Order: sequence, then C-alpha cells, then structure tokens
Amino acid sequence: MAKPKLALYWAASCGGCEIAVLDLHEKILDVANAFDIVFWPVAMDFKYADVRAMEDKSIDICLFNGAIRNSENEELAHLMRAKSKVLVAFGSCAYEGGIPGLANLTTKEEIFKWVYRDSPSTIVTNGGVYPQTHTKMPEGEIEIPEMYEVVKSLDQVVAVEYYIPGCPPQPKQIWSVIEYILSGQPLPPAGSILGAGDKTCCDECPLEKKEKKLKNFYRPYEIIPDPNLCLLDQGIVCMGPATRSGCEALCPKANMACRGCYGPPPNCLDQGAKMVSALGSVIDAHEPEELDKIFDQIVDPIGTFYTFSLPHSILRRKQQ
Amino acid sequence: MSFEPKIIGFLCNWCSYSGADLAGVSRIKSAPNVRIIRTMCSGRVDPTFIIKSFQLGADGVVVMGCHLGDCHYQEGNYKTIRRIPLLKRLLKEFGIDTRRLRLEWVSASEGDRFAKVVNEMTEEIRQIGPLQLKNDK
Ligand code: SF4
Ligand code: FES
Repeated sequence: MAKPKLALYWAASCGGCEIAVLDLHEKILDVANAFDIVFWPVAMDFKYADVRAMEDKSIDICLFNGAIRNSENEELAHLMRAKSKVLVAFGSCAYEGGIPGLANLTTKEEIFKWVYRDSPSTIVTNGGVYPQTHTKMPEGEIEIPEMYEVVKSLDQVVAVEYYIPGCPPQPKQIWSVIEYILSGQPLPPAGSILGAGDKTCCDECPLEKKEKKLKNFYRPYEIIPDPNLCLLDQGIVCMGPATRSGCEALCPKANMACRGCYGPPPNCLDQGAKMVSALGSVIDAHEPEELDKIFDQIVDPIGTFYTFSLPHSILRRKQQ
Repeated sequence: MSFEPKIIGFLCNWCSYSGADLAGVSRIKSAPNVRIIRTMCSGRVDPTFIIKSFQLGADGVVVMGCHLGDCHYQEGNYKTIRRIPLLKRLLKEFGIDTRRLRLEWVSASEGDRFAKVVNEMTEEIRQIGPLQLKNDK
C-alpha cells in the first residue's frame, strides 16, 4: 500500500512549530517511514509549483502552521486546502492568529511607519519608502507579497478539519496525534481540537493552590515567586484559569506564568473575557479607587489576556 | 430616520428584574430600547455575554443587580463590581467607548430607578451613536 502523503507548511509564524516537529527526535524517522512527505519548505526542497502540479485532494494530511497576514499566506492557505484531504491548523498562530495577531491592535500604516521610519534602529533611506508589492529593477520586475491590514487565523480564510493548539504544540502531543492517525482508527469529527486536554491549565498544574484573595499584582521581574505555590495566588497574572490543558503546565512548573498558548478552554468563546471573569473572582477589593489601583498593576491587559488568541476572539481587532 | 439604540440589559432575577417589573405594573414610562435578559444573579453575567452582545449588534449593554450586600447569593455582585471595570479597560483598548457598558444597582422596589437608568442610558447612547464593529473578513 502506498504511504499516506504528508505536507507541512509555515505561513506567518516564527518557526517554532517546525522545531516542535523536529523535537520528536528519533520519532521523526518513524514519521518519515510512515508518510511520504511531499512538501515541507523548511526542511526539504519542494517548490510551490510542485504542489500546484499535484491533483486536488492528493495530500492526505497537511499540518499548516502560522497565521494569515499577507497575500502569500492566503494563497498558500487556499492551495493547501485544495490539495489536502485533511487540513490541520497546527499551533497557536494557525489556530487563533497567535502572537502575530497582536498586530490587530494597530494598523498596517502604523507598523510600516514604525518599522521603516520611526524606530530607533531604522536608518531611513530613500525618503523612508515603504515596501512596494511591485518594483522595477534593471533585471525586471520584482514582486513581493502584500501585507494585509488584519491578521487572521487559518479557519477565517479556508475550512479546517482539525486544530492542534500550542505555541508550539508539545512534541508529545504531536506524536499522540500522529500515532492516532497511523493507527487507522476513524478520525474524530471535523472541527475537533486534537493534541490537547479538555480542562484548564490549572487542572494540570501541580503548584499548591489556596483561596485567592489578591490585592496586588506583580510583573515577573518584581518578585521572586515561591516555586511551590500557585503563581496567581502570589499576584502574578497567570492565564492558567483561562487556558486549555494539554501542555502539562510546562510554564508554571518552571516558575513562569501561563501565557495562554493552548487557547481558551472548551466551551469558552473568548479567552480575554474568561480571564476578566476569573480575575473578578479572586481580587479582594470592591471600592472603585482601590480597584483602579489594583488594575493599574496589570500592565497591558489586552496583550496579556489575548497574547495568542486576539484574531480568533469575539472582537478580533482594535475597532477604532 | 433617527437612530434608535439597541441596548441589552442583563437583569438579576431577585432585584433588578423585579424592579423592571415594578416599573411596568406602576406604569412608569421608560424608553423601549433595552432588551432584557434575566439572569439568576449579576455575577452570572460572564464578560463573554457582554462582548458577544456588542458583536451581535448591541449599541450598549447594561448590567443590573442587587445593591451591594443584598445579593441573593451574598457575593455575586461583588464579582460583578470587579469584572465590569476590568472589562471596561479591555473595551477601551479595543477602541469601544466605555460609556456603552454600565453597571447599575436596582432593587425590587426601585421601579422608578429602573426607568431612570434606562432613559438616561438610551439618551447617552443616542448621543454617542451606533456601534459599528470592524468584524469584517
Ligand atoms: S500557577 Fe497558573 S496554571 Fe498553576 S494553578 Fe496557579 S493560575 Fe493555574
Ligand atoms: S442576585 Fe441580584 S446581584 Fe446577585
């Protein structure tokens, strides 16, 4: 029997998802044995033209990481969708927009202005011209992708069968999904989240939790937390209560607050709203002035509560 | 045609909903702009409900509950009093005018207060204008 065909692609991402796949270590050989890898730009030399030449739906499974933030990402999302039987949004960026999605708090113009003109490390040449999609050179015209105004998750552009959350997905979880697929068992219903739990990060977290009564919040550099106690109990904004389980509380175990990369827990539409709800329950104050003082200590609430999930949240982007 | 604000009101069962009822049976006139959703407690109003209301077309959201100390579940409205201002901070960062979200305490005997809150808020939102979200593709 022919081996099933596997493709991996990266759109607007950092490359961490690719590393996570390589972090399967020697199991990567099992993957190579079990699948015919037909496209994987980061590791193998295939061209887009090779994919275009394939028959529609000839790729059995495509793991697609990265958000959709420019015309190339979008084009490849459509291409991989057309060529794949099963398209998987792999990692937080493809699933929810991820860290690139925080760009939805500003505009393309603001980003260009900062990057190509105003930032202290920018040396303005050519009068601070912005990248152009088409540029005439002596050798001919150069074309680069167009950057979009908003960042989207993969499923906001094309239909997606499954989601594997995580920034990056944990190798153990990736392997469990691959093993499942290879076992030949019937695939889960479309829309399922694979390689993750169905509780919250707190549920997996071994740190000791007490009754929470918070009057102060600290940024990580401001205190040295007790490594045995819940970080939120100690006033560090930990996204554990608003985050899906699956990573085995990797960060809290290393004394770092959960940042929410596994996305909202089941039946939660909006990770930020969930965090507001959770914090509302654990703060010990009710006078407006005191609350104001406490909330002032949460620097950048939107960036903290939606670090990975802004494009996939209810409001998606800054409105004004 | 003049703009008629759409306002969603989340009213707790034990105080504010009865307050609204009282306004009705006492025939106190109030603006018809608030669509009421009854919840068991103001503490049941998940911030998601509020954001979702805006996404689905509400121009304003008002949460009404028992006065502090009167919550049927003792502490429910203490959660509300912390959640709403924190949510307002988020809304502000999202670029949504925070006057579009209100928290008001209305007891079962305050039919007149219910009407006053509704009228005031309707007028205020009328001034601010419709909420147009960029929920585009
Ligand atoms: S440290 Fe974070 S993840 Fe662990 S129990 Fe506390 S809030 Fe939850
Ligand atoms: S029952 Fe009215 S606020 Fe809790």
